[in-house]
Amino acid sequence: MQVPSHFEYERAADVEEALALLARYGPEARVLAGGHSLLPMMKLRLAAPDALIDINDVSELSYIRVERDELLVGALVRHAELLDSPLAAEHFPIFGDAERVIADPLVRNRGTIGGSLCQADPSEDLSAAFAAVRASAVIRNAEGSRTVPLREFHVGPYQTVVGDGELLTEFRVPIRPGAGGGRGRHGSAYEKVDRRAGDWALAAAGAAIWLDGGKVADVGIGLTAVGARHFVAAEAEDYLRGRPADDESFAQAGRIAAEHCEPSADQRGPADYKRHLAGELTTRALRRAAERART
Amino acid sequence: MKITVTVNGEEYERDVEPRLLLVHFLRDDLDLTGTHWGCDTSNCGVCAVWLDGVPVKSCTVLAVMADGKNVRTVEDLERDGELDPVQKGFTECHGLQCGFCTPGMLMTSRWLLDHNPDPSDEEIRVAISGQLCRCTGYENIVRSVRWAAEHPTTWDLQEPDVTV
Repeated sequence: MQVPSHFEYERAADVEEALALLARYGPEARVLAGGHSLLPMMKLRLAAPDALIDINDVSELSYIRVERDELLVGALVRHAELLDSPLAAEHFPIFGDAERVIADPLVRNRGTIGGSLCQADPSEDLSAAFAAVRASAVIRNAEGSRTVPLREFHVGPYQTVVGDGELLTEFRVPIRPGAGGGRGRHGSAYEKVDRRAGDWALAAAGAAIWLDGGKVADVGIGLTAVGARHFVAAEAEDYLRGRPADDESFAQAGRIAAEHCEPSADQRGPADYKRHLAGELTTRALRRAAERART
Repeated sequence: MKITVTVNGEEYERDVEPRLLLVHFLRDDLDLTGTHWGCDTSNCGVCAVWLDGVPVKSCTVLAVMADGKNVRTVEDLERDGELDPVQKGFTECHGLQCGFCTPGMLMTSRWLLDHNPDPSDEEIRVAISGQLCRCTGYENIVRSVRWAAEHPTTWDLQEPDVTV
C-alpha cells in the first residue's frame, strides 16, 4: 500500500485564508487542488511537504468567463469543466483539443487547470496551449497580485515563478479582434501523439493563428515534451509572421520548430523521432488552426 | 482529524489521519469492500466512486477531502434486491471475467448513462478510458453498457432479451 508520509492538513475557505495558511506554514507547505499530480508524488516520496493547504472549497476560483477582451479561467477550474465549456470552445478551440487528450475522464473530473500549470511537468499539455494563445497568469500574495505572461511562468522543469506564500489564481487569455465570435480570422488547434489513451505526450504542438487576408498577421506556437524553451517555438513564430497562410509556410515553420527544440531520449521514444514529431505536429496544428480561422 | 462523510446516503463520523486515502477509508474504516484498490498510481481506475456526484479515482483523493461531501459506491447500485441495469448488463453480456475492475466500471457506466442515456460505442469507450481490464474484456464491457442503455427499466418491469 502506498500512502503519503505524515503532513498537516488545512482547508481554506477563500483566497485570503489560503494565503494566511501558506504564510503560517512557510515554504514546506504545498497547495492541494485536484491532487492528481501531488498525491501520487507524495505516495512515491518524490514530494513530502510538511503541510497541505486544501483549496478545493475556494469556489471563488472556479469560473470561466469573458470580461472585456479577455477569457478568464480561474485556477480551480477542473479539466472536465474547461473541456465542456462552450465559452472556451467558442473563443479558443485549442483548449478542447488539448483537454480531450489529457489523462482520462476520471482524472479530468478532479485535476485542475492551476494545478497542472503549477506542476510544470515538461510534458504537460496546457502549458503549451496557454503559451500558444499568449495567456497570462495572475498570482496573489499578501501584498496584492501580479500578472506574469505564461511565457515567463516556467523557470525550469517542475518550477514556476509562483513563490513561497503565493497562490496562482487565474489565467487571462486576450481575445484579439477577429478571435472567436465573429469567426473568420482567428483559429487555434492542438495536436498530440501519445503511446496510449491518457498518457503523457510523446510530443505535442498547439497553434493559435490570426489571419489578415491570406497572410499570417500573428501566430503563437506551443510545444510540449520536446524541450522547447518556455514551451514555445519562437523561431517558427518569427518566421511565419507576415507570410502567406499556406501549407508551404506551415511546413517550413514545422521544420524550424523541429530544429530549435531539444527533445531527450527516454522510455517514450528516441530524440530524433520526437524531433520529427515536433515538426509534423506543428505543421498539422497550424493547418487546422488556419482552417478554423477561415470558417 | 474528525470527518463526516455521507456514503450511500448514510452519514459516517470518523477520526482519521490526513494521509488516509479515500479508498482505504471506504474499505478499511467503513468495511465497504466493493470498491477495489488496484494500481495505487491513478491508472487502473478500479477504485472509481462518485464524489459529490462525479466519478473519481478514490486512491488519489484523501479521506479528509471528502469531509462534508457525498460519496456513492458500488454497494449503492442495487436497490431492495434489485440489480441496477448496468449490473444486469454485465451479467447478461459477460462484461466481467475476474471481476476485479467491475465495481469501477459499473460506477463510471452508471454515471455515463445518467448523463447520456443513449451513448455511442465510442462514447462508452471514452467514458471507461481511465480504467483497465486486465482480462482484456473491453468488447463485452461496451456491450454490457449498451445493454443497460437499452434496458433502463427494472428487472421486474421488463424481461431482458438474452443477447450475448
